[in-house]
Amino acid sequence: MTGEAVAFGALSVVLVGSALAVVLSKNLFHALLWLALALTGTAGVFLLLDAEFLAAVQLLLYAGGIITIVVFAIVVTEHLVGERLTQTNMRIGGGAAVAAVLLAFLVTIIGRRPLEMTRPEMPGDLTQVIGQAVLTQYVLPFELLALLMLAGLLGAIYFARPDE
Amino acid sequence: MGLQPYLILSAVVFCIGLFGVTTRRNTIGILLGVELMMNAVNINLVALARFNGSSAGMVFTVFTICITVTEAALGLAIVILLFRTRRTVMADHLDLLKG
Repeated sequence: MTGEAVAFGALSVVLVGSALAVVLSKNLFHALLWLALALTGTAGVFLLLDAEFLAAVQLLLYAGGIITIVVFAIVVTEHLVGERLTQTNMRIGGGAAVAAVLLAFLVTIIGRRPLEMTRPEMPGDLTQVIGQAVLTQYVLPFELLALLMLAGLLGAIYFARPDE
Repeated sequence: MGLQPYLILSAVVFCIGLFGVTTRRNTIGILLGVELMMNAVNINLVALARFNGSSAGMVFTVFTICITVTEAALGLAIVILLFRTRRTVMADHLDLLKG
């Protein structure tokens, strides 16, 4: 077994285990902490795929940003500790059936024919390549993204306005 | 190691997220499931881009990460607004549109 296979196996166990804990944990705050572990595991998978920049973005935006926002949401809507935080799942059988059927479908499609086994050489430093692509070929989507974030900011302020 | 294990890992994480979205009662729990599904999509994009030898998929991943963060912030703002008006975040109590 190569080093990549060992690292991939370990990351898969962490990722799938923490993802299951996110959806099955009884305590919402614990589920959030498991989500942080799952997002960090995803950053590890990005590192395995030679995408160091994306791993850093993943850690900063997801594991840093989203987790903080969700903590605030939990604090506002529930008490951080105590029995109000417990949450139950409903219709577990139906949800599991839907997820299992979709998973079987996807795995069948993926396994239908052999996929690439080798990675082509990337042209130069990947971070540099991404940076140049964002500011040349994809500059219009990049500016639209800035517009979207401004709209999101205004929307969040509108939602958070004090009661009249 | 080929492309296949990455795609299967991403499919497994996506289906776990789907299970969470369909079974959670708390709206914040549903949003956590959506985050897992978005995460699986990002793994898929990066793996396909890496094995295709092009950087376009990675650029798209930068965009999807930013859009997901905006979506999460707005979704949680809606959840907090719902809590202020209805005093609950349980999805089965939010039946205002039910005829």
